[in-house]
Amino acid sequence: MMGQVVFEGVTKRYGDVAAVANLDLEIEDREFLVLLGPSGCGKSTALRMVAGLDEPTEGTIRIGDRVVNDVEPKDRDMAMVFQSYALYPHMTAQQNIDFPLKSRKVPKAERVRLVKEAADVLGLTDLLDRKPGQMSGGQRQRVALARAIVRRPEAFLMDEPLSNLDAKLRIQTRTELIELQRRLETTVVYVTHDQVEAMTMGQRIAIMKDGVLQQVAPPLEVYARPANLFVAGFIGTPPMNTLHGTPRVEDDTMVIETSTGRIPLPPHHRAAVEAAGSTEVVVGVRPEQIELSDDGPLPARVSVVEALGYEVHLICRLVDGQPVTVRLPRDHPIPAEGSNVTLATAIDHLHLFDAQTGARIGS
Amino acid sequence: MTAEIARADVSKPEAARPGAAKPGSARRRRKRREALLGYLMVAPSLILFVIFVFYPFLRNFYLGLYRTPPFPGLPKQWAGLTQFREVLTSHDFLNSLKVTLLFVLFTVPPGIVLGLLLAVLAHQRLRGIGFFRTVFSSTVATSVAVASVIFFTLLNPQVGLFTYWLGRQDQPSILDSSHALLAVSAVTVWQNLGLSFILMSAGLQAVPDDLLEAAMVDGAGTWSRFRNVILPLLSPTIFFSIVVGSILAFSAFGQIDLLTGGGPLKKTNVLVFATYDAVFRESNEGKAAVYAIALFAITMLLTVVQLRLLERKVSYER
Repeated sequence: MMGQVVFEGVTKRYGDVAAVANLDLEIEDREFLVLLGPSGCGKSTALRMVAGLDEPTEGTIRIGDRVVNDVEPKDRDMAMVFQSYALYPHMTAQQNIDFPLKSRKVPKAERVRLVKEAADVLGLTDLLDRKPGQMSGGQRQRVALARAIVRRPEAFLMDEPLSNLDAKLRIQTRTELIELQRRLETTVVYVTHDQVEAMTMGQRIAIMKDGVLQQVAPPLEVYARPANLFVAGFIGTPPMNTLHGTPRVEDDTMVIETSTGRIPLPPHHRAAVEAAGSTEVVVGVRPEQIELSDDGPLPARVSVVEALGYEVHLICRLVDGQPVTVRLPRDHPIPAEGSNVTLATAIDHLHLFDAQTGARIGS
Repeated sequence: MTAEIARADVSKPEAARPGAAKPGSARRRRKRREALLGYLMVAPSLILFVIFVFYPFLRNFYLGLYRTPPFPGLPKQWAGLTQFREVLTSHDFLNSLKVTLLFVLFTVPPGIVLGLLLAVLAHQRLRGIGFFRTVFSSTVATSVAVASVIFFTLLNPQVGLFTYWLGRQDQPSILDSSHALLAVSAVTVWQNLGLSFILMSAGLQAVPDDLLEAAMVDGAGTWSRFRNVILPLLSPTIFFSIVVGSILAFSAFGQIDLLTGGGPLKKTNVLVFATYDAVFRESNEGKAAVYAIALFAITMLLTVVQLRLLERKVSYER
């Protein structure tokens, strides 16, 4: 278990503010784990603690079998790719890639071979004599990657490495990074605020908010069963539709009374709501799981039609004015703006959350 | 105002009006007026420059071509370039040149090294570091005269603290000894340290944190980070400090005048002081003019050489 990274009760405080609070997380050897969250959620701080650039206030960090709390960054056998790339501006690409080897006193002949190898992998062979200032953003990014892989470290730490690239290059590099990780079979801890990057790249996603870990799970699991309202709203574009309501038992069935109608719940949901003791709940439905039907329970008016080519988004208004987004396949008949529709969904597609805590109710 | 606009609006096209100026000439006139205003605005500083810099500079060449008479009142004698040859090959001049070069050597490199050292120390993120930054940069607020008087006292043979520390009581002051140039250089280094510190601190602050962090993760220790990352990125600052420091050292006067008066035995007789001496003690304007021209030529030459040689090794990449 060389490249395993483990956080055990790790807290990082700056004054009174906890940037990371009581983090427990195990990153497996050779895993591609994505730390996802909005800016200021503590994901970068967590990564920097693995690198040794920040020290945890409490808790332990293990790499492999070793507790590294007091180990210098240079002795941790990590490589890091920074958002700014952090290339040494006065060195050529060759010297940049060589620097980690030179610092670790690798013999000269070996260094030449390894630099060439890394440059080959990333297609940099023709650029080795250039300085960062003479390269494009994408080329610099690849030099930063080459500098990281040249030493074959136990783990790669990547802090938003794609966010300075333009959209097209970002998608291309995303694929290349995944291929690279599969080829090198190394642990990658990848920080991003971009849910698409997280969904496409991570074998597991760890979602953070305000320094607190919200959920760790494979991408599809996070999408299908978000642990709380925050995750539900953060993952998925357009985001999950939500309706506030009060659970009430009528004629031996539980219904959620909302301001626009009543939603009946199946028995297993009822049991879960009762077990959670929630008095206020939030009902969530993904936009693609809403159907337009002739006799659905929720009447609405189509307000805006967004045709994206490959699919269509309808922004509908319920009777009380709340927006609901419906996602339709391209070939579905599209109602005109201003027309009245009714919305329905299969009961299995409902997500229930406690309105106070935001936590998911039921499985 | 409104009436004027209204009148302009109803007036006929210019070309049709009898005796009206051609359309282009109005613009030309406006341009000329603007140019005139521009000259008017630079005039004050231009006049001052002409009176106090350009005229004396040219006048200096004229003075250098004439031999100053031994007694005032006698006519000046045309000497041409002979005076230049005589003065520039004289023992006094060569001594002053040597002393000046030594003075530059004793003040510029130590000043930069010490400034860099203090800047690196003060760059640490420690509680109360602001106090030290203030102290380290405080000498910029000290005038040459004040610095000289402070050190004159510290080096006083009877009551000076440094004299006591150096164990030189009951001996002539170090300022009268063969180490006088070193002592004057030390005062100068101290006095310029604030500036050097501020320059180096500014340079250090411009080194991005993530580069140093990248170097840490890449396995570089403290010295390697300094040598391979900080120093190359600081090279433009260091280069600038060398050029400015050299020019300052070549034109040093106040501390020499106050501390040693060029002595003992002309051991601290730098070019500027020798020039001053030639005018005010020897009343030899011609000789002084040649000294001044030589100083100008040397400073100019050195700066050009520094720009050519050192700039190639400087990394301006960011």
